[in-house]
Amino acid sequence: MSKEKFDYFINGEKGKYEVVIGLEVHAQVLSNSKLFSGSSTKFGADPNKQVSLIDSAFPGMLPVINEECVKQAVRTGLGLNAKINNYSVFDRKNYFYADLPQGYQISQYKNPIVGEGKVLLDMPYGSKEIGIERLHLEQDAGKSIHDMDPSSTYVDLNRSGIALMEIVSKPHLRSPDEVNAYIKKLRTIMRYLGTCDGNMQEGSLRADVNVSVRKVGDKNFGTRCEIKNVNSIKFMQMAIEYEANRQVELLEDGKEIDQETRLFDTKKNETRSMRSKEDAHDYRYFPDPDLLPLKLEQKLIDDLKKSLPELPDNKKERFIQEYGLNSYEANVLVSEKEISDYYEEVAKLSDKKLAATWMMGDLFAMLNDKGLNISNSPISAKNFAELVQSIKSGEISGRIAKEVFEIMVESGDNPKKIIESKGMKQQSDPKELEKMINEILSKNKDKVDQYKAGKEKLFGFFVGQVMKLSGGKANPQLTNEILKKLLKG
Amino acid sequence: MSNITNQSLSEILESIKSKKISSLELTQAYIKNIENAKKLNAFVTTTFDQALENAKKFDNKPNNEQLLSGVPLAVKDLFCTENVKTTAGSNILNNFVPSYESTVTKNLWNNGAFLLGKLNCDEFAMGSSNETSFFGNVINPIGDHLVPGGSSGGSSSALAADLTPATIGTDTGGSIRQPASFTGTVGLKPTYGLCSRWGIVAFASSLDQAGPMTKTVNDCSIMLEAMSGFDEKDSTSINKKKETYSKNLKDNIKGLKIGIPKEYRVDNMPKEIDELWEKGKKILKDLGAQLIDISLPHTKYALPTYYIVAPAEASSNLARYDGVRYGYRSQKGKDLIEMYENTRSEGFGDEVKRRILIGTYVLSSGYYDAYYLKAQKVRQLIKKDFDDSFTKVDAILTPSTPSSAFKIGEKTNDPVSMYLNDIFTVPVNLAGLPALSLPAGLDKQGYPLGLQLIGKALDEQKILNIGYAFEKNCGYKNEIKKWWS
Repeated sequence: MSKEKFDYFINGEKGKYEVVIGLEVHAQVLSNSKLFSGSSTKFGADPNKQVSLIDSAFPGMLPVINEECVKQAVRTGLGLNAKINNYSVFDRKNYFYADLPQGYQISQYKNPIVGEGKVLLDMPYGSKEIGIERLHLEQDAGKSIHDMDPSSTYVDLNRSGIALMEIVSKPHLRSPDEVNAYIKKLRTIMRYLGTCDGNMQEGSLRADVNVSVRKVGDKNFGTRCEIKNVNSIKFMQMAIEYEANRQVELLEDGKEIDQETRLFDTKKNETRSMRSKEDAHDYRYFPDPDLLPLKLEQKLIDDLKKSLPELPDNKKERFIQEYGLNSYEANVLVSEKEISDYYEEVAKLSDKKLAATWMMGDLFAMLNDKGLNISNSPISAKNFAELVQSIKSGEISGRIAKEVFEIMVESGDNPKKIIESKGMKQQSDPKELEKMINEILSKNKDKVDQYKAGKEKLFGFFVGQVMKLSGGKANPQLTNEILKKLLKG
Repeated sequence: MSNITNQSLSEILESIKSKKISSLELTQAYIKNIENAKKLNAFVTTTFDQALENAKKFDNKPNNEQLLSGVPLAVKDLFCTENVKTTAGSNILNNFVPSYESTVTKNLWNNGAFLLGKLNCDEFAMGSSNETSFFGNVINPIGDHLVPGGSSGGSSSALAADLTPATIGTDTGGSIRQPASFTGTVGLKPTYGLCSRWGIVAFASSLDQAGPMTKTVNDCSIMLEAMSGFDEKDSTSINKKKETYSKNLKDNIKGLKIGIPKEYRVDNMPKEIDELWEKGKKILKDLGAQLIDISLPHTKYALPTYYIVAPAEASSNLARYDGVRYGYRSQKGKDLIEMYENTRSEGFGDEVKRRILIGTYVLSSGYYDAYYLKAQKVRQLIKKDFDDSFTKVDAILTPSTPSSAFKIGEKTNDPVSMYLNDIFTVPVNLAGLPALSLPAGLDKQGYPLGLQLIGKALDEQKILNIGYAFEKNCGYKNEIKKWWS
């Protein structure tokens, strides 16, 4: 594949600007219970049904760390090729809000559980490494519901105390496309690890987006604005686009950019100021005296490392080596663990390369059409492999295969059965084919003459006639060969 | 048995065991005392019906195998008690009824005791005189014009006035030991982490520790044994085997080394406190202990350190009282912020507000390093002073307080002089060590004075033993005239 060039810049009259983006991703930890209490974390329960005395901050209640959440954070850190800190500290971030029962969020400030790491992105212009600054564990807040009653706000504490991993990137991202690739890559890694389901609709993955602009070639960063709590990739991209252009306009007008926190209005498609730097909260962080520093034994980290599943970057390399796929195909097929599992099952039973082509073509198109994903595909991997094998062996043509595929989607039947019961087998007997072709040629003497006189385009006409007569079952390769031979004679 | 309530907890337990008295009779005797002692204002809530019910239940099916068989106990109103109002001495919790029982009180009930009532205390345990309680100040049975100490002032008053056979308090900077000293009773602040903090209304999490308040050292060992123990619900709880303090109580202290820190001889200390200290030294020496002069050089920084760390933690711990989920909520205010402001303005008293302000200030950006961080460093130095000393001595002897009980209202307008009353007690909290306050004598006015024995972490048995020996040889008896009934 030819490599494109990176070209996301904003052109102003005074120069060409590049956009600098850093993300703080909040990923909900997959765990049965909350970070410091035994309450369930299941999504979708009735309001305030999954709230313990700890989550609602009753007097005298104390947090106790959930070991599984710690392990999940370590696994994620390992998946990000990051340094795991044997010593980390939980701090209190103090602020008042109705959905923050304690009046503080327990988070990690100075000493996070995971330090620097990196994520590899495959961009059309080559692969790009995005640095991870840190990952820390913290509690989620509850939810304020402002639109249920005209004069009151309702509070749902089901989410209060659920464990989040805040994954902070370095300011290495340069375009909305890179942000898209980065979020998807993070999500893929965490899904492989089973540490976050990455479900953005349910709020399991959200991000604060830091955006600044600077003239191309400038060494120093511009003043950044933080866009809070954006919960879809599309909105992140729209927010960045809007915000970067807003900043460029200000600079072009000779104005300064205020460092501030902004909100993205999804209805108006614009960002607007939430609070300026002067109004910034003073969170008065200090170590939570209810919790001892978290000390991890190296053995625990080593054991977790040993038990990690194969991660997408490694799997991609293996797919290229083992199955002869190109980088693009391998990338697509490892993008979700379930897809890669499906592919491997198919590839073991059929032609590896052809399987990849058909999966990425017809199978994905069908799933996309029907709004399904690979785990609930109407075609099992085993049946899909049989279909691929039937094509490979020449039993059916590609065109017939598409028909068989359609029937498989509808019926869930295996392709052998469909091919046999509908008599869809390819005509691959050279004698039979020769007989049929001779018949066609003798019926179309005039066209044969024209062909021989140099009108070679007519070759397609003869192929069409063969297909028509055979009901599409004539082996195309064989048809070509025989036609060529007979037309020469 | 009209005099049963005069007796020590261990004597009472004997009487119950030998059926000299029933649990019901005992409970009735205390109820009578309490009803006659309303002037002291020691109780915020009484649970007489529940107590009588439990006493009858015990008498019907006595189990004498327990540490506290059939004994009614009143406890500081900082311990959450299931279905019984728990106020922490504050308006902001004046209607709060927990659905849960604190680990420490549950331990007491599991050892055969039952609840008699909830005892007044300084609001959120912030105070040294029990004058900051929303439910009014408590009076010291020693004299109607005297404070009982604080913050466990309801506990010390009730205990000294025979309104409960023993009790429990909490000690963040001296809140058990100072009131014990002011009322001529025994008070122990255990090692940080020995008693679970789960279910205790928090003041300053890294300093708070529950402990027993009793008439004798033996009673103290029984209560400590009953209330302490590892609790997985408290991450700072120490996971160790439970000790049998009362069984192991010994009065032979021959050869033990007792440290005498020179820094505890402070300026302007009343002569009689110095004399009391000398008396204490002599008693221990006569019992065969060896006195060793030691130095705890950072002692003078303990009080300022404490008054940064404790308010800092308190400012955060008390953020949850916002009127949203439980407790008092102001009806005034047109939005969330105003509701918060009014609720907290009306719900908290002046001393609590003062400490929230101090705590918020010392944690603020730009001040954090100069105050909170510096205080944490000094705290480590104070701890190290003790660690160094304990390589040379078994325990440390100091006065408990720089004065005897002061007058009601005497210090309410001068917070700093009030804070100075904690000068001998706060270093122990900062270092997380156990310390026992023992009644040791009277001052000129006839008010009790206490001496403090500080031990190594988890060395409760040793300071209890020294205290036990001291008590037998001190010749002090707390005689209180029941002027209130």
